[in-house]
Amino acid sequence: MGGEHTVRSYDEELSHLTNLIARMGGLAEAQLEGAVQALVKRDSDLAGKVIAGDIKVDEIEHEVHSFTVRLLALRQPVAHDLRMIVGALKISGDLERIADYAANVAKRALVLNQIPPVKPTAAVPRLARLVQEIVKEVLDAFVEQDREKAIAVWRKDEEVDGMYTSLFRELITYMMEDPRNITACIHLMFIAKNIERIGDHATNIAETIHFLVQGTPIRELRPKGESVLPDPSQADRDN
Amino acid sequence: MQIGGGLPLQRNGQSVERDQKVTASDVNVFYGEKHALKAVSLEVRANEVTALIGPSGCGKSTFLRCINRMNDLIEGARVEGRIALDGQDIYDPKLDVVQLRARIGMVFQKPNPFPKSIFDNVAYGPRIHGLAQTSADLEEVVVTSLQRAGLYEEVKDRLSEPGTGLSGGQQQRLCIARAIAVSPEVILMDEPCSALDPIATANVEELIDELRENYTIVIVTHSMQQAARVSQRTAFFHLGELVEFGDTEQIFTNPQQKLTQGYITGRFG
Amino acid sequence: MTDMVDQMRVSAIAEKVNARLQKRYAVEKRFRFYGIASIVIALSFLAILLVSIVSKGYTAFLQSEMHLSITFDPALIDPDGTRDRATLSSADYAALIRSALEARFPDAADRTGRREVMGLISQGADLELRKMVMADPSLIGGTSKVWLPAAASVDQLLKGHMSRDADKGGQFTERQLGWIDSLVASKDIAGRFNKWLFTNGDSRQPELAGLWGAVVGSFYSLLVTVALSFPLGVATAIYLEEFASRNRWTDIIEVNINNLAAVPSIVFGLLGLEIFLNVFNLPRSAPLVGGLALTLVSLPTIIIAARVALKAVPPWIREAALGLGASRLQMVMHHVLPLAMPGILTGTIIGMARAVGESAPLLMIGMVAFIVDIPAGPMDPSTALPVQIYLWSASPERAFVERTSAAIIVLLCFLALMNATAIYLRKKFERRW
Repeated sequence: MGGEHTVRSYDEELSHLTNLIARMGGLAEAQLEGAVQALVKRDSDLAGKVIAGDIKVDEIEHEVHSFTVRLLALRQPVAHDLRMIVGALKISGDLERIADYAANVAKRALVLNQIPPVKPTAAVPRLARLVQEIVKEVLDAFVEQDREKAIAVWRKDEEVDGMYTSLFRELITYMMEDPRNITACIHLMFIAKNIERIGDHATNIAETIHFLVQGTPIRELRPKGESVLPDPSQADRDN
Repeated sequence: MQIGGGLPLQRNGQSVERDQKVTASDVNVFYGEKHALKAVSLEVRANEVTALIGPSGCGKSTFLRCINRMNDLIEGARVEGRIALDGQDIYDPKLDVVQLRARIGMVFQKPNPFPKSIFDNVAYGPRIHGLAQTSADLEEVVVTSLQRAGLYEEVKDRLSEPGTGLSGGQQQRLCIARAIAVSPEVILMDEPCSALDPIATANVEELIDELRENYTIVIVTHSMQQAARVSQRTAFFHLGELVEFGDTEQIFTNPQQKLTQGYITGRFG
Repeated sequence: MTDMVDQMRVSAIAEKVNARLQKRYAVEKRFRFYGIASIVIALSFLAILLVSIVSKGYTAFLQSEMHLSITFDPALIDPDGTRDRATLSSADYAALIRSALEARFPDAADRTGRREVMGLISQGADLELRKMVMADPSLIGGTSKVWLPAAASVDQLLKGHMSRDADKGGQFTERQLGWIDSLVASKDIAGRFNKWLFTNGDSRQPELAGLWGAVVGSFYSLLVTVALSFPLGVATAIYLEEFASRNRWTDIIEVNINNLAAVPSIVFGLLGLEIFLNVFNLPRSAPLVGGLALTLVSLPTIIIAARVALKAVPPWIREAALGLGASRLQMVMHHVLPLAMPGILTGTIIGMARAVGESAPLLMIGMVAFIVDIPAGPMDPSTALPVQIYLWSASPERAFVERTSAAIIVLLCFLALMNATAIYLRKKFERRW
């Protein structure tokens, strides 16, 4: 943004921070991909690797944390640099949660691999693909500091919510049809929830990117798709 | 809790729209052929601290010195445009410049107490303006000014000692006391802390915060951190032009102009 | 192999560096020597000057006086016994001296003898007697031994400045020399402190010639000079430095003031002659006119010194005062002038010291006349110290040679005192910013 710092080491430190976030994002993406593959292909080894790999993401998050504190103390950043550093701190938190959820998906995949597959398993990858797309786009938006991309991502959360809601209904239907499916479907439910939470965190990252670039938060309420829970205001109107 | 220069007054959660104490409209200043200030317009609000920042030679000190007409003393200086104090044009020929300078006090970069006693330093202003009728009145004015400047406790036993015998920070506070003694409405400060160590600087900044209650303050500073700490409004000058002027919080978290951003993040040069 | 070559190269470079260093030291030593040599030469010239003046002049501070037994015969002084001042004043005291001398030297009975013996005593001795009687009339009727000044020629003889030998310029006959020797033998003639040098005005008699008239004249001139040049000079300097705007006119004025400081002082004397004496018709030879001419001489010096002192006051003092709302005049009077005053005073005293020693302008306006009376005020005709020196140096009498040098010593002491005062004031008021 507007040239380089007169003190070059400042610029180097800021790029180091960006690289850390990018690396963390790449790892989180890979974890998610691995977890989804482990589920779809019923690959327990892969699931094991994903679960073990979570610790790497945690390490980077710690590094980001201490590095940003150092930058704040030593550089007294203002304006864009300040938003950038605070943004990086928030994004690393969101990425760490994304990786955690991916690991949770892998854990459940391990369990699911012990029991015979059920039909809605096929729907989960569709949700996962969408969320993976969102995660990839939001990481691109961060690296490119692209506000438009961030807004586009932010709007997609509606779609994710919709897909999740329909998957939820499908699973309920299955469980009602055949009580033997309940175990598998519950696990799938949790998996879907985790993936939906990943989508939420990606949306958080998009909001942070917008603030980082623009300096103002995205003021509109996050667009909510159809929810599984009754809307309190709806309930009032119905009654 | 103070966050960066103190919060503006709140009433029902809304900022009170303060009176405009000093307004500048389309001010141009020439030093001979050199066009030092170009079409500067800004308003200083009452009981607020306004900081002027910018790189060397950008015109912030020039603008400051226009407010109390100290530029009149420089050969070949020409000021165009309108500067008003409480709505009254200060360059009006009917206005007495000596009186103006009693209403607008100035504190300089290098502490410059007179080579007289501490008492006489502070008493000089009231004496020449006839503000104290009796010597008891004068003493009261001196003591009050020294107290307001946060210096009284340190010097109350040695008021007859020369002002030049104090430390740098104390001298600067003495100069502030001297300026306050004539009961000005506006206090102009030209890099008041640049010659002081960090502790003395902190003392002066605290003093500025306290003075805000009773006076309007305009401060020129090289240190952006100081501007951020001390002021409510900040003006950024560059090459004689006013690039951006707004709330300090806004300037330092999300400036509107690229030039401002470049300067405050250290991307110049 | 390369190591050896490198080593040789290094030592060659080291040698060159060393040689250059030695040359530098030698140059410094020479320079110091030149400095010390020039100081020594200057000091030795000064020493030569002082020694030659003092050696010639110190004898003037002693004056030969004769111890005579005078009978204050009332018949001659106060015949009516009224002790009337007019009578006492107009009495013939010379007769008393004559009879005393004749009593002392009985062999001076003939007319030549009487003339010769009277030649031993000062021609103004009778005035001394008159002063004694007027001061203390109780002396009348008694006899007392009083000290009276001897003639200048006797004084010079006793001081060794005149030869006894008539061929070598001696002025005394054998008989006179005999009387002088007998007076010396009986200790009736001795060198005593020459109070007339410091109490009398100028006189044709060298033994009675004094500097007091010149000192008072110099003092009055100095008074007039200070009273005029100090306020004018300081006010001009303040105006030029603080109030005047910098334009071509002020530049011209500044250049002219600097030039005036170097103008030969006789030019100011001519100016004084033309304007003060011919146009304004002020009294000639008066210290007033002398002071006016000296004012012109010292004014440029004072203006320049005052400007320098004013410039030396740091600008932040001015800014501080103006920032408080002081007017320009208040700022100058309350702050700048008090701080510049030590420098201004020093410059003034130096200017005055120069003025005291100026003789050319005073010569032109006529303070070169032979004035006997001590001036009572600046309007009375008088002379001045440097002019007095000039007059005495032109006199033919031998006794004036030592008196000229003595007058120079007095003037130098006066100047030294003024300069010492300047240094003291400067040191006392010097301020560290």
